[in-house]
Amino acid sequence: MIAGLLHFFDVLVATVRDVLPIVVIIFGFQLFVLRRRIPNLPQLLVGFLFVIIGLALFLQGLEQALFPIGKLMAEQLTASAFLGIDTAADHQAPDWRYYSWVYLFAAAIGFATTIAEPSLIAVAIMANQVSGGTVGIRGLRVAVAIGVSVGIALGTYRIVSGTPLHYYIIAGYLVVMLQTMVAPKSIVALAYDSGGVTTSTVTVPLVAALGLGLASNVPGRSPLLDGFGLIAFASLFPIMSVMAYAQLSEWYGKRIRRQPSGSREE
Amino acid sequence: MNFAEVAVVKKLLLHLGSSLVDSIKDLMPIIVVVAFFQLAVLRQPIPNLADILVGTALVVLGLTLFVYGLKTGLFPIGETMAYGFARKGSLPWLLAFAFALGFGTTVAEPALIAVVDEAARVAAAGSMIENTQVAIADYANGLRLTVALSVGLAIMLGVVRIIKGWPVHYLIMGGYAGVVVMTGFAPPEIIGIAYDSGGVTTSTITVPLVTALGVGLSSSIHGRNPLTDGFGLVAFASLTPMIFVMGYGMLL
Repeated sequence: MIAGLLHFFDVLVATVRDVLPIVVIIFGFQLFVLRRRIPNLPQLLVGFLFVIIGLALFLQGLEQALFPIGKLMAEQLTASAFLGIDTAADHQAPDWRYYSWVYLFAAAIGFATTIAEPSLIAVAIMANQVSGGTVGIRGLRVAVAIGVSVGIALGTYRIVSGTPLHYYIIAGYLVVMLQTMVAPKSIVALAYDSGGVTTSTVTVPLVAALGLGLASNVPGRSPLLDGFGLIAFASLFPIMSVMAYAQLSEWYGKRIRRQPSGSREE
Repeated sequence: MNFAEVAVVKKLLLHLGSSLVDSIKDLMPIIVVVAFFQLAVLRQPIPNLADILVGTALVVLGLTLFVYGLKTGLFPIGETMAYGFARKGSLPWLLAFAFALGFGTTVAEPALIAVVDEAARVAAAGSMIENTQVAIADYANGLRLTVALSVGLAIMLGVVRIIKGWPVHYLIMGGYAGVVVMTGFAPPEIIGIAYDSGGVTTSTITVPLVTALGVGLSSSIHGRNPLTDGFGLVAFASLTPMIFVMGYGMLL
C-alpha cells in the first residue's frame, strides 16, 4: 500500500513535469502578451488540476494492471511454441497462416485500447459540440477503433510476411487521397486528425510490445528493422475508416429521406 | 453550506457519477479482450489479480477525472486563448504561441524520448553513427529537437491555414508527397522509426489544447467553419515529424 502510494507520487511528479512546459507557455502568453483577465479562473485551475491528477491515476493504473499482463500476453502469443511452429526445421520464416491468433489479438487489442484512449475522447467531444451533434461521440470513436484494429492486424501480417513497410503506407496514402475526393467535405479535417490522436497513452506501449515481440520471435526478422511500423499503421487506417463512416452515414441519411417517395411509387 | 453551494456540489457529484459509468464502459472492451485471450486462448490464470483489480479501479477513476477536467479546464483555456489572440489581432504573436505550444509540448514528451533512444540504437547497430555512448546520446538529442521543431512548425502552418482558409487536404497531400519522396532517399533503417514518430508526438494534454485552439480560432474568424477549418492541426503535427526524421537520417 505504502509502496503503491510512493509510486503514485512518482507518477504524479512525472505528469506535473510533462505538463509544466504547457503551463508556462499558456500563462506566459496570457500574462505578458494577451494581458487580459481570464474569465472563471478558479474553475479553469480546478479543471487543470483534475486533468493532471486524472492522468496520473490513469497512468499508474495502466502500469499496474494493463501493461504487465498485456506485454506478457504479447510475448506468449508470439512465441513459436504456442503457435505450434517447429523453428528447428529451417531458418525460413514460417507460413503466415500459423499466426492467426496474433492477427486476432492485434485486431482485438487495437480496438479495445483505442476506445479507452483519452485524447480520442477529447477530440470526439469537441467534434460533437462543433458539429451540433451530427458527429456522434460514440460513432466517431468506434469508427476510429475499427480503423486501428484493421491497421494493427495488417501491420502484424506485414511483420510476419516481411514485406516492406513503405509499400503499405504509400498505398494507404493513395486510398486516403481517393477518399478525400468523394467524402463529405465537412469530415475531411476531422478524419485526418483522428489518425494522429489514436496512438497515445494506452495504445502505444502495448502495440510496441506486440511489434517487438513478433519481430524477435519470427525467424528471419530483426526487432530493430522489422519491429517498427505498427504505430504508423494505427495512425493511417483510422483516416480511412472515419471517412468511410461519414460516407456511409451520408448515404444512409439520403436513403432514409428518399424512402417515403420511393414507397409511394410502388 | 447554503442552498446554492449544496446544489453545486450535488450537480458535480451527479456529473462525476455518470462519467464514472461512462469510464467503466470505455474500459470494458480491454477487460473482455485480456480475459478472453488469457483464459480461453493461452489458458492461464490471471496473475496478481488483486493488483490488476486495484489498477483497473485507478484507471477508471483517472479517466473520469480527466474527462471532467477536460470540459472544465483544458477546452475553455484553449478557446479563451484563441479568442484572446483573435481580438488582439497580432499575427506574429499568434504564430509565436502556436510554435511554442508545438515545440514546448513535444520536446519533453516521454513517448518521443523512448522512440528517439530506440532510433539512436538502430543507427548505431547499422553503423550509421559510432557505437559509443556519447554519439548515441548526441544523435538521440538532435533527433528529439528535430521532431519538436517540426511539430512547432506544423502547428504554426496549421494556424496560418485556418486564418487563410486553405482547404486542409492540399497541405496534407503536399505532406504525403514529401513523405513519399523522402522514403526514396532515406536510409532503410530509419524508415520504420520515422513513420512511427508521427504517431507518438501528440500527447494526451496537447491534443485537447491544440484542438480547442483550432476550433476557437476558426469560430472567431468570420467566414471559417469550426468543423471544416478548426480541425487538422493534429494531422499536421503527426505528418511533419515523418519528413523531418527521414531528413535527419539522411544528413547524418
